[in-house]
Amino acid sequence: MNFLSPLTEGLRGLGRAVLFLFTILAGIPAALLRPRLILQQIYSVGVLSLIIIVISGSFIGMVLALQGYRTLVNFGAASSLGVLVALSIVRELGPVVTALLFAGRAGSALAAEIGLMKATDQLSGMEMMAVDPIKRVIAPRFIAGLVAMPLLVSIFSLMAIGVAGGHAIGVELLGVDDGSYWSQINQAMHGTDIRDMLIKGTVFGLAISWIAVYQGYHAAPTSEGVSRATTSTVVVSSLAVLALDFVLTAFMFH
Amino acid sequence: MTTAADSLVRVRSLKFGFGPKVIYDGIDLDIVRGKITAILGPSGTGKTTLLRLIGGQWKPDAGSIEFDGIDVHRQSRSQLFELRKRMGLLFQSGALLTDLSVFENVAFPLREHTAFPESMIRDLVLMKLEAVGLRGAAKLYPSEISGGMARRVAMARAIALEPDMIMYDEPFTGQDPISMGVLIRLIQGLNKSLDLTSVIVTHDVEDVMRIADYVYVLSGGKVLDHGSPAEVQHSKSDLVRQFLNGEADGPVSFHYKAARGYADDLMAGRE
Repeated sequence: MNFLSPLTEGLRGLGRAVLFLFTILAGIPAALLRPRLILQQIYSVGVLSLIIIVISGSFIGMVLALQGYRTLVNFGAASSLGVLVALSIVRELGPVVTALLFAGRAGSALAAEIGLMKATDQLSGMEMMAVDPIKRVIAPRFIAGLVAMPLLVSIFSLMAIGVAGGHAIGVELLGVDDGSYWSQINQAMHGTDIRDMLIKGTVFGLAISWIAVYQGYHAAPTSEGVSRATTSTVVVSSLAVLALDFVLTAFMFH
Repeated sequence: MTTAADSLVRVRSLKFGFGPKVIYDGIDLDIVRGKITAILGPSGTGKTTLLRLIGGQWKPDAGSIEFDGIDVHRQSRSQLFELRKRMGLLFQSGALLTDLSVFENVAFPLREHTAFPESMIRDLVLMKLEAVGLRGAAKLYPSEISGGMARRVAMARAIALEPDMIMYDEPFTGQDPISMGVLIRLIQGLNKSLDLTSVIVTHDVEDVMRIADYVYVLSGGKVLDHGSPAEVQHSKSDLVRQFLNGEADGPVSFHYKAARGYADDLMAGRE
């Protein structure tokens, strides 16, 4: 039954990844006692991702405003441009695009760093010094991804809707009334939209961090192994984000 | 005759393999306290595997490994970590943490396992670095030092917690004669001054024979011979003699076993 072997291998891999997640969760209390390690990682995966997030958020907001205005103006509804940009960003584009960028920028870096630590015996060296690499290396990086993602999603959304994004194009360039732009957003957007955006950001952050540390920790200790782990992190994370987005949206829609 | 009390590490009937490939087929081995024991053998014999088995990183398929009377593989994870504080393993690469300076690498186990004040950690680290001659390199990063220096830093890190035993994995590989001389002197000096037990896994026969108190020669999953360096040098085993004298052909064939003859292989390409 050879055609079943990829399926069983896939399920086995999923089982290993779930067990690994439980090991990380067990290591989180110890990692929380050393906040400096977590802050270092938040800087590494979060602060260093800011440039790409800010620039992408701004451009996506600008493009959305241009495209939205062209359609809305035909119906005399150009003043609703803010709502279109805001809801598109907060409900979908913000969390999803941020997650895809985060997987490419921070997820790949996490997997490569951990894979290289393994290939150069740094993780084995820690174990032989009676230091648990799960608590010292993996858990702080996992927590950092979990914390950084919702913050990055918020910053992305802020940039896309206001600051240099939709507001800059819609209000400053195309002449939509500033008051209408903000007041319509205020009326149409609810607290639940913000809540759902943060939930999506957190779930995506968990998925990407989990996949990245798993791929890095289980990478073959060779240059090819590290390269494969890095690629897998980006591919698997991106697919997981899109699939999870569908599931979460389906639940939130209800 | 070695008694149980003399041995810091006792390996009994150890069997281990990777899938169908047998690495150890029931070996017995004793590492005597306070001595330097060399584990010799051709590449691919599983010498490094033995160190990982002693350190509890891998589990044997059968048999036992005792460290100071404690069965390494019957310990819980936390008990195993406690045991590891009493043994150091020097990896071939040094395994230094690349994002930390030389100073921080040596301070790493002290920061992880002790609550010493910063001033005491600083003094201890500088003492350990002075012992390996690298106090002046404290601020450098692993990428800024040579391979030989990296191994000396790893030595300083390994003795930071003052363990009972240090295991050296191929410490001389890729070293120039000066670095090699320094490492040999350090291994010998540290063993004596810190009352350590040392295990050196290597295939650099000549150099290790000068400092080892006891030698094991492993190959094909078995202990081929053991004894003092002088005894092993007069071994009756052809394989041991081939290995010690560095002969290209002998029981270990120069040619890797091929599925068919040389002429058949050449002719096959013409069909």
